[in-house]
Amino acid sequence: METPLTNNIRPDREPLDIEGYEQAGGYRAVRKVLGGMAPADVIEAITQSKLRGRGGAGFPTGIKWSLVPKDLAASGPHYLVVNADEMEPGTFKDRLLLEGDPHQMIEAVIVAAYAIQAETAYIFLRGEYFLAERRLRRAVGEADARGYLGTNILGSGYDLAVHVHASGGRYICGEETALLTALEGRRAVPRAKPPFPQTSGLWGKPTVVNNVETLCNVPHIINNGADWFMGLGRGEDGGTKIYGASGRVRRPGSWELPMSTPLCEIIEEHAGGMRDGYELRGVLPGGLSTSFIMADDIEVKMDFASVEKVGSRLGTGAVIVLDQRTCPIGMLRNLEHFFAQESCGWCTPCRDGLPWVERLLAGIEAGEGEMDDLDILEQHVKFLGPGRTFCAHAPGAMAPLASGLKYFRAEFEQHIHEKRCPWNEAH
Amino acid sequence: MAIIHIDDREFTANPKDNLLQACLSNGFDLPYFCWHPALGSVGACRQCAVRQFANPEDTTGRIVMACMTPATDGTRISIADPEAVSFRASVIEWLMTNHPHDCPVCEEGGECHLQDMTVMTGHAYRRYRFSKRTHRNQYLGPFVKHEMNRCIACYRCVRFYRDYAGGADLDVYAARNNVYFGRAEDGVLENEFSGNLVEVCPTGVFTDKTLSAAYNRKWDMRSAPSVCVHCGVGCNTSVNERGGQVRRILNRYNGAVNGYFLCDRGRFGYGFANRPDRVRTPVLRDPGGSMRTATRTEALDALTKTLGTGGKIIGIGSPRASLEANFALRRLVGADGFHAGVSAREARCLATAIEILQAGAVPTPTLREMEAADVVLVLGEDVADTAPRVALALRQAARGRSMEIADRLKIAHWQDAAVRDAAQGARSPLFVASVAATRLDDIAARTCRAAPCDIARLGFAIRHRIDANAPSVEDLPEAMQALAGEIADALLAAKRPLIVSGCGLGDEAVLRAAAGIAQALNGADRLPGIVLAVPECNSMGLALMQGGSVEDAIDTVTEGATVIVLENDLYRRAERKRVDALFDAAANVIVLDHVSTATVARADIVLPSANFAECDGTLVSGEGRAQRSFQAVFPKDDVQASWMWLRDIAGTSEWHRLDDVVRSLASAMTQFVAIGEATPPGDFRIAGSRIRSEPHRYSGRTAVDADRTVHEPRASVPEESPFSSTMEGYYGQMPASLIPFFWAPAWNSIQSLNKFQDEVGGALRGGDPGVRLFEPNGAAAPRPDATAPGQFVRGPGQWFVVPRRPIFGGEELSALAPAVAERIAAPSLALNPADARSLDVENGGMIDIDFKSGSYRLAVTVAPELPSGVAMLSVGLPGMDWCALPGWGTPRRAEPAP
Repeated sequence: METPLTNNIRPDREPLDIEGYEQAGGYRAVRKVLGGMAPADVIEAITQSKLRGRGGAGFPTGIKWSLVPKDLAASGPHYLVVNADEMEPGTFKDRLLLEGDPHQMIEAVIVAAYAIQAETAYIFLRGEYFLAERRLRRAVGEADARGYLGTNILGSGYDLAVHVHASGGRYICGEETALLTALEGRRAVPRAKPPFPQTSGLWGKPTVVNNVETLCNVPHIINNGADWFMGLGRGEDGGTKIYGASGRVRRPGSWELPMSTPLCEIIEEHAGGMRDGYELRGVLPGGLSTSFIMADDIEVKMDFASVEKVGSRLGTGAVIVLDQRTCPIGMLRNLEHFFAQESCGWCTPCRDGLPWVERLLAGIEAGEGEMDDLDILEQHVKFLGPGRTFCAHAPGAMAPLASGLKYFRAEFEQHIHEKRCPWNEAH
Repeated sequence: MAIIHIDDREFTANPKDNLLQACLSNGFDLPYFCWHPALGSVGACRQCAVRQFANPEDTTGRIVMACMTPATDGTRISIADPEAVSFRASVIEWLMTNHPHDCPVCEEGGECHLQDMTVMTGHAYRRYRFSKRTHRNQYLGPFVKHEMNRCIACYRCVRFYRDYAGGADLDVYAARNNVYFGRAEDGVLENEFSGNLVEVCPTGVFTDKTLSAAYNRKWDMRSAPSVCVHCGVGCNTSVNERGGQVRRILNRYNGAVNGYFLCDRGRFGYGFANRPDRVRTPVLRDPGGSMRTATRTEALDALTKTLGTGGKIIGIGSPRASLEANFALRRLVGADGFHAGVSAREARCLATAIEILQAGAVPTPTLREMEAADVVLVLGEDVADTAPRVALALRQAARGRSMEIADRLKIAHWQDAAVRDAAQGARSPLFVASVAATRLDDIAARTCRAAPCDIARLGFAIRHRIDANAPSVEDLPEAMQALAGEIADALLAAKRPLIVSGCGLGDEAVLRAAAGIAQALNGADRLPGIVLAVPECNSMGLALMQGGSVEDAIDTVTEGATVIVLENDLYRRAERKRVDALFDAAANVIVLDHVSTATVARADIVLPSANFAECDGTLVSGEGRAQRSFQAVFPKDDVQASWMWLRDIAGTSEWHRLDDVVRSLASAMTQFVAIGEATPPGDFRIAGSRIRSEPHRYSGRTAVDADRTVHEPRASVPEESPFSSTMEGYYGQMPASLIPFFWAPAWNSIQSLNKFQDEVGGALRGGDPGVRLFEPNGAAAPRPDATAPGQFVRGPGQWFVVPRRPIFGGEELSALAPAVAERIAAPSLALNPADARSLDVENGGMIDIDFKSGSYRLAVTVAPELPSGVAMLSVGLPGMDWCALPGWGTPRRAEPAP
């Protein structure tokens, strides 16, 4: 089983320095593209590979790049922005890549920036990722000293500056347009689309925002070709995916596996199955903002299309497991608390709807709920959906709630009728 | 025009609009909060949700926000779609989770957009049973009250204050449902357009503090259309009255002039009208010299006696009195005896301005047209002080470049946030040449500080660079040459270049230089405009009427003459000792005024004039627009319009009503032939009805006198007025110049204005109010011989002192308003740092300065940008004597009294 993304990551997690990285075959992709590939060829190679965004939405990367205007003189400078603001609860795949192999990130940035003809790239890093920040900055310095960054890189005439920007915080900065606004030094409020960042992004200029994991695939695709990449997966989508698991599993963690690895395999083989005394009731397959997949569907292949078929989304591939000893209402209340706290405050349904949802759930959990509350919750599920709110934050928050109302209806009603949380005594 | 389908009916729409604009323009009641016609769309509140269908076959459609969706041809939407209806009610329900239920004690109640929208969506029953978040309120100064608990987070306040008006000290803090709109700390809102927050806020977060002092509901106040009296721009206002007092001023939309916004001086300056020391009754001076109040009859008898002596009569008019009042005086004393009540220097500047505007070839634009200028040169006028609303328009003009970028990226102009994100604050070139720093510098491509004559020289150099036939300017320093070239190039590259200047510096050469540039730009496919700021609300009207200056009056007064002063404090126009001499020489001094002034104190007979709110009258703005204001306050005592007093003095009976005066004036002086068109005549009726001057009543107002009568006391409205004095009368569409207040069924707030426009944000139905009295006829191009003055040379031990008329304090009437008075800075003399050092004074230190006319002791303000040898004195402030400025003064460090 090939694990190109994590191949260089050592058990002690100390990253390779630039020499080690080069010895391991690093910066070959940079030499290859700067040594004779036209930017359009690079985009074509990525398009061929059918690489899809690993941040959660699964947008085809090659297509995203190809939407950037080609006429630099007319459009002004282009920017590449790496979305390294990994704040999806349960998710730590990008952290693994950034801490474990920072040069892979930088190599990917150089190739991608070259492809979209950007001469400036920003890595927008989650503020709390102190170690990743230190390692990235060191790697940027090393790459700069070695001539992979700066002016006239490897004599190609191509210039690139990479800036590591540590975020001031907040979940919404992971939303690509809010990220751009925050990067400009303003309140992290999302932007309406259209215009898309490829037309009017950072500083109003054409900009591509890609997730860390997405980009880390790029050098490998350049080196090994689209067919190789397609062959890595076990289903329709090519490549590998860094899956994770948390909850009452034996070995919570993160693993690079072929795309389309079945959910049950991730949990049973890699996470070691459930801890003694715990049974799996359902999972959130890709972070908090995905719908529950219940035990019946546990054999689903973890790729974009398959997970959608069972009513959820692949998301970040970070599986959060709900067991039978945890109150599902309490879990929902806890995660809606997170979403309510992290609302940017821009649009009404999200700003004022999520706190209401949280309070209703807290009320139900505390045995103070009413049957009408369920109607109000259902109404929020409907009215905080896509297109009704300004960005995807509230629809994301509604995904687990919508499925929770469906799958845990009995538990909701039990709380309301018994005026207590049945799990309270169990603890 | 695009055809759009709303609930399966066809409507026309402007394809450049969004669907919310299109729906409102077509008369639909679609609720909204964050969108504002002048601020565009940001999609924050999600209130204007509708269902959009892809094509006629699509029955599913999707929910979209009307404000964020273009009104392209063929668009199909449903407002009545059940889910859209239910979603809109939900948005209100969310907003109400935190909005307090304090409508009965909230000052927005009864004219609250949130109330209207709540009723419109049908949300009535509260399901949210948890606690509401609360905030701490801030002290924001004398104009605006802050009650953050009511906030529904529509973001309009910060978008207006920061993005539109250029303010910096109001912002949004925190996040989620805890967002806070306020200042970083308690303190006075610094921006001079802060009062608009009261109207921009859709609910009661920002309310009018001056109204609060004697609060009434909108429905308990009588309103009349009015025109601002605090500068020469001519913004349209609505005066609200109750109990014989002006209770507040609201913006009255005029699509060509003020649009949606007023400056704080215009909004809060009305307090002078309510002062306890205002002139209410006739006052006579006894032979012993003491003053006593008199009856109307006594006063008229005394006047008859005085004027019967047959001595010479001199009349001094006023730029703050109506055309009709000035004309009545002129007719009483004759053209020879009539003097415009301004200084000789100001009269010269105004005459020059009129010559430029009337006999030049370049038109003066409306404010709306100014906003479309693509390159602006401000030459020697600090419009932020002298014509604040013009400064706000220039701020919008500077956004033109941003709009070009948006066009290139196919971003609609109403996509406010997207335009700003894409353009990153890109601005069209705006150049400021001024003596000191101005509040437009932040958006200026380049600023230049120079003495007035050097500003004129820069102007002449620009003219020469545009038109090589125009004389060049000798000995211009290299930096100035380069700047002139840069500005000339920018102006030549523009399609709609705008030159802004004015009478503020009292320097005719500056005006001529501005005119020269505009003239040189005229032609080809360029449409230049020229704006000349004038000091007072009727400066332009009075100047058109002609008449000598105050100095002329002083010179011509002879022993034993009678002097009639109309609404004018001569001590603000000329040197104290010369004015004293005038009054000493005159046998009789008759003063008509409504405020107590130093001139009133010198009168032998004082007649109580009606102020702007107490009578009808016509003012002419700097643009040459004649506009009528109407009576809102009906005084019970002997107060009457000045023209009526003057008519009574003359004993003529041909003038019964204002329309008679207007007709006389139009036929007597050709320049005023059009003023009758400013508004329909007084006997105007719609279906036999007068226009109501109060909204429907929702309160128990008639209970006020219920122990005696349940009837509302009626104001004695003149027979010849288009208005009733009560809520009875016509409620529908009325002529634009006769809209006393904005109200429409289901729209109690000022947002009801949408119902008075054909297209939202466009002209009022039937055309915007006012009539232009002149257009440039090109008869006299600016004098070809007009050449640049010599360059500034500082005098030994002397400073050239230029006047500054601060927005707060620089205008006579508003300075008497208590709220504005709180904002008036102490008088000071600004010096540049090196000059201050040479005089051994520091910032805040005291200085004595001698002028020919007298001496002043003043605090020093160190102003780094002032040119060396030039000082700036804030003038017109209460308690400061008049001083002949600009002029030379000799300062020295003040020695403390022993």
